[in-house]
Amino acid sequence: MKRIEEAKVKKSKKKKNRLVFRSIVLLILFAAVVFALVSNLNKDNAVIGVGDQAPNFELKQMNGDKQSLTLDELKGKGVMLNFWATYCKPCEEEMPYMEALYPEYKDKDVEIVAVSLDATELVIDRFIDKYELSFPVLHDNKGQVLNRYNIGPLPTTFFINEDGIVVEKVAGALTLDRLDGYLKQIQPD
Amino acid sequence: MKKIVCDSCGHQNPEGTVLCQQCGKPIDQNQYIDGNENSKLINMRYEGSARRSKTHNKSIVDKTWNFFSSVKIGIWLISITIIASAVGTIFPQEMYIPPNVSASEHYRDQYGILGQIYYQLGFHNLYSSWWYMILIALIGISITIASIDRVVPLYKALNMQKPKRHESFLKRQRLFSSTEQVSEDDKQKAITTLKSIRYKVTEEDGHVLAEKGRFSRWGPYINHIGLIIFLLGCLFRFIPFMYIDEYVWVREGETVLIPGTEGLYYIENKDFILETYGDSPEDERFKEALQKQGGMVAKNYQTDAVIYKNTNPSALGLDPELEKFKEDSIRVNHPIKFDDFALYQSSYQQNEFESMSFKLHRTDDPEEESLGSFSVNLANPENEYILDNGTRVVIDQYFPDYYLDDGEPRSKSKYPRNPAYVFLVYPPGQDDYEISFAGIGRNVDPTGNNEFKLGLQDFEVRDVTGLSVRRDYTLPIISLGGLIFMIGVVQGMYWQHRRIWLHPKNNGLWIAAHTNKNWFGIKRDIEKVINDTNIKMVMDQEEDQNNYQPEEQTK
Repeated sequence: MKRIEEAKVKKSKKKKNRLVFRSIVLLILFAAVVFALVSNLNKDNAVIGVGDQAPNFELKQMNGDKQSLTLDELKGKGVMLNFWATYCKPCEEEMPYMEALYPEYKDKDVEIVAVSLDATELVIDRFIDKYELSFPVLHDNKGQVLNRYNIGPLPTTFFINEDGIVVEKVAGALTLDRLDGYLKQIQPD
Repeated sequence: MKKIVCDSCGHQNPEGTVLCQQCGKPIDQNQYIDGNENSKLINMRYEGSARRSKTHNKSIVDKTWNFFSSVKIGIWLISITIIASAVGTIFPQEMYIPPNVSASEHYRDQYGILGQIYYQLGFHNLYSSWWYMILIALIGISITIASIDRVVPLYKALNMQKPKRHESFLKRQRLFSSTEQVSEDDKQKAITTLKSIRYKVTEEDGHVLAEKGRFSRWGPYINHIGLIIFLLGCLFRFIPFMYIDEYVWVREGETVLIPGTEGLYYIENKDFILETYGDSPEDERFKEALQKQGGMVAKNYQTDAVIYKNTNPSALGLDPELEKFKEDSIRVNHPIKFDDFALYQSSYQQNEFESMSFKLHRTDDPEEESLGSFSVNLANPENEYILDNGTRVVIDQYFPDYYLDDGEPRSKSKYPRNPAYVFLVYPPGQDDYEISFAGIGRNVDPTGNNEFKLGLQDFEVRDVTGLSVRRDYTLPIISLGGLIFMIGVVQGMYWQHRRIWLHPKNNGLWIAAHTNKNWFGIKRDIEKVINDTNIKMVMDQEEDQNNYQPEEQTK
């Protein structure tokens, strides 16, 4: 009798071991597959996405009194960070909306910052004059900020809250209504 | 797990065993597994061991495991992948269609309804599509599990085999002979010969097993390990740290950030060189071939580059603090290498405008005598230019890449490929201006009564080089996988697992033999073994299946 008992114990132990072994192997394999799929899906997404800290930068300011602007000095305010260029038509179309909403939101501690990716300062100057832009327009001459934020198509806009966290990332042009909605989201309490 | 006790030798075999692990006697109730019931010969696949996949089917883990363990499933997965891969080559993948066109339109316009279906089903981006990746991943899982499920029982079966085999096992081997009378001397002679041709001989009660090249049985599994490492290497390519593949355009004289280096490295393009055959005197020998070819034949694409390191990469924006790091030339297949990065010469664009100079003259002057000139640096055009005679020229609008959009002048890009300007010309001491529009091959006077005209005097061009930026830490892993794969192939291909059993029967001797391939080779071995003895040569029972009856054989 005892031997049969022992054999039974041994058998169930072996069975358990096999189950553990198989589960572990399957788990590792499926984890690898999930990892590959998730990485592949995220490949095209920005390095900087929703929930990330917006990296600081300092760029030359093309309008206003200041020579340059750093993102850090806007801590405590909501920031709309717009990447654009003069030759980009949808960028041009949304500029008047930004200008229209700027005075209202400036008083509510929301700053609009537009980073131009143009090659020459001349074209930016002319553009600022044409649309009488009053919010700060910066020039990313060497494409460093563009690269760090991993910008694909233009325009791309980041909505950053008062803690410097990206709340929303929008690729493509915005309408007045949508812009208003996003700006409300980053308004400090 | 139920055990099957061999009724001949008493060995406890796992459930699902086809041939007893120790003596090889066919287990009656399991003969269907390898289709042995109606066949004279035994199927020696996996030594008749219990492949686990064929037995238990209990928890969800076991069911999943058994699904992937099946070779049939593996073959299906591979077939589907092969067909999908082939379909992916019917039309070009998205990365090869011209940039700036929408994929949805391109496939419809170029290839019609088939193209549209192709696009909608996602074949235009096949090789990085989620379902293609899942197929590859499933193959990987299938290979892993099927290997584990086969290599373990095979190892056990080969390890437990005893020299003394059951008679029905021996008789049903492909190579078999029985001799009625064999002297002990002859048997010893045979054993000595076996040893001399490097068989490993083990004996049990006068029963002999001679074995050679068992390690070749592991070839397929080594091969699979290589394949799995290879797939893992490919998987690592999705980790940004492990694999960087970027692209950068650099104009001559420009210094730009190298993407993928996290702001650490910059590159300056000192000069881009395109040499063609026929440029140098020693190319005279190619004259005929070149004439036949017609047009130019490129000899060398080269970028003379300087790599700079940013000493303060945390400061993003403004001017980086650059330190010269390396200077070298980049040619096709001769990348510049620094800090595990490599820059490859990949593309170029020639003759992008760098600067343009204009001269001012009176509109009605047929001699076009210059009243003064100025030069516009296209990388940094100024607001206004004061000419020698006091005329002020203001750039009102600048279009680096001019085109007309519904009658409105615009720029297609920021690159000075087709520069055009709206100039305001203020004659000396005047506040009134004349408008003039000037570009490459165009000079428009919108009012028609301008007193002055700006004419293009000269221009300078520069080249742009296109470089691929690579950092690949997965290559060693992929190469290792490839190497192990090859070792597995060689191991399984160039060696064979040969076994010869000597089985004393009354005063005689039976010989049975098995090999996993090269039956001719093992027959030659046996010929050597029986040479100079009265042991009978084995019959090939597969070749002679129709007329062979071992029981009735006579001397």
